[in-house]
Amino acid sequence: MGEETIVDVRGLNHWFGSGEMRKQALFDVSLTLHRGNFTVLMGPSGSGKTTVLTLVGCLRAVQDGSLRLLGQELNGASEAQLVGLRRRLGFIFQAHNLHESLTAAQNVMMGLQVHGGLSDNTAEQAAIHALGLVGLSERTTYLPANLSGGQKQRVAVARALVSSPALVLADEPTAALDKDSAAEVVDLLKRMGRARGTTTLLVTHDNRILDRADRILTLEDGRIIHVEDRS
Amino acid sequence: MNRLLQRLFGRLPLGWLQLTHNRTRFAAALAGVAFANVLVFVQLGIMNSMATATLRPYAFFQPDVMISAGDANSLTDGSNVARQWLLQAMADPDVADGMSLFIANVHWERGDKDISLTTFGIDPAKPAFLAPRIAGDLARLEVQDAAILDRRARGLGKAEAAAIRPQTPLSFETQGRTVTAYTTFAGGGGFGADGYMLVSDQTFLSLFPARRSAAPDHILLTLRPGAQPEAVVTRLKTLISDPSLRIRTYAQAAQDDLRYQQAKRPTGIIFGFGVLIGVLVGLVIVYQVLSTDVADHLREYATFKAMGYGPGFFLGVVFEEALVLGILGFIPGLIVGTTILTLMGAITTLPLAMTPSMAISVFLGTIVFSALSGAVATRRLAAADPADLF
Ligand SMILES: Nc1ncnc2c1ncn2[C@@H]1O[C@H](COP(=O)(O)OP(=O)(O)OP(=O)(O)O)[C@@H](O)[C@H]1O
Ligand SMILES: [Mg+2]
Repeated sequence: MGEETIVDVRGLNHWFGSGEMRKQALFDVSLTLHRGNFTVLMGPSGSGKTTVLTLVGCLRAVQDGSLRLLGQELNGASEAQLVGLRRRLGFIFQAHNLHESLTAAQNVMMGLQVHGGLSDNTAEQAAIHALGLVGLSERTTYLPANLSGGQKQRVAVARALVSSPALVLADEPTAALDKDSAAEVVDLLKRMGRARGTTTLLVTHDNRILDRADRILTLEDGRIIHVEDRS
Repeated sequence: MNRLLQRLFGRLPLGWLQLTHNRTRFAAALAGVAFANVLVFVQLGIMNSMATATLRPYAFFQPDVMISAGDANSLTDGSNVARQWLLQAMADPDVADGMSLFIANVHWERGDKDISLTTFGIDPAKPAFLAPRIAGDLARLEVQDAAILDRRARGLGKAEAAAIRPQTPLSFETQGRTVTAYTTFAGGGGFGADGYMLVSDQTFLSLFPARRSAAPDHILLTLRPGAQPEAVVTRLKTLISDPSLRIRTYAQAAQDDLRYQQAKRPTGIIFGFGVLIGVLVGLVIVYQVLSTDVADHLREYATFKAMGYGPGFFLGVVFEEALVLGILGFIPGLIVGTTILTLMGAITTLPLAMTPSMAISVFLGTIVFSALSGAVATRRLAAADPADLF
């Protein structure tokens, strides 16, 4: 396990709403993710898991505390800085969120194109290669409508990983999948993560995934109440 | 197609793929744009033909200056002018010659057809006032009740018109007299009359006994070589003691007439309004299609935002869609518009036709207005918040 720090969160507080409705969702959260680690974030519904993920993923502005991502402080960062950082992340959502008008390969290419133009065929080859890694080399020209739920989620995994992101953020990526597909997707994430040195932060309720984690963080009522290192 | 566009844009042609994904909606959108184009083409075609028809009789003559009554908005409108002003105008050293122009409509009953001809009474001894293509035949008008007839007049057969020669003239009854056409010239039916006819001032006065030779409809002046028409007009305005008269260069008179037809006459205003309606229909259709499309893809756009795509990317996609709709909708619009104008032209014998300048300006207008609709539609993009995706 490398010691390079990818994410360093110190004393993070977060509130939703304003005035009377203002409600604190995170209390003094601190956590560190090292390069190559596969970390699982657990906790009951409403405990703040998604809030942590969106803050780390630069999808929400940090309100209080320090959040360093890839060496950059997010508290007070500009929108342009956040967009730039997001390009170095891979997102996997509960829903696959593939674009219905794009083929599997084109959806994966969207993950590459954000880094620059597609003036030659290298992006397409990289996309086809990534689809091969998730076992979909026969389906590169399929539209999402013609893929099964598990296959779509695998395309989403390929899209998140194709540009070799430093950090993959996944929020219950297996919730919509049956047992076998879920195990397959998680193994895929782990395997590709290890091969590329990717750090993964994954939110799940799914106990089957816990066995595969390097570290398990448990969140309750906006506080981290338990940290378990498994490796 | 996709690969071509991908090369062109340096990115996936997302707008194109998105639009063509839903074939039915895409076809309906193109039909809508085409419909708006056809609307504009037809209105513009009619406006153009009004302009052509308005300016056409001006081309029969070639004076430098025209003196008309204050209420004479067009050749055929308004009061008479007194011939005495012609004599006064001749006092200007730059005025070479003057001619009275008489104008009235005659009806030629042909079986069940009633052909109305705008008739010009002119002085056959003054060919300098006529366009060269007509001036050569002027001597024919010296004969009483002789006429030069518009061979393109509505109701006159093509072969019949071609057969009119000095040896084989065509005679017909009008205004209680027998008029004989010895030659023809190219005019054409307009909105006011089916065609034109030229007669001598003497013949004119016998056709219209109520008209007086001292009160023509307009006074035409030619100038000496090298004279400045504008300068002469300015001088004539002080020289001629009736301030209510309209003294203009001939070119100015034609332009004033055109502007009057387009901006003051109900027909011109209606067709101008029709163009506006066509543009609005197009704007609304393109906006509707694009904003629905944006709304339908908010989730995908939010995903792309999360992946790090900036606002420029989304603007590009929406503009790409606007351009695709504009360009592909224009093509059927042009085809149908041309067909309709040609058919309408054949039926009405009005000068209705698709002109290159019309096609180009409508194309550019379509692109500009599509892009405008696209720009408005992108406001909906703000609703795509990637934080809501998890
Ligand atoms: N956009 C929001 N506006 C207001 N309150 C919110 C918003 N998002 C989350 N919250 C609140 O913040 C708290 C933490 O929510 P969060 O979504 O992070 O929980 P979670 O652990 O992801 O739950 P789940 O397992 O159900 O997804 C909850 O009380 C929730 O109601
Ligand atoms: Mg959640």
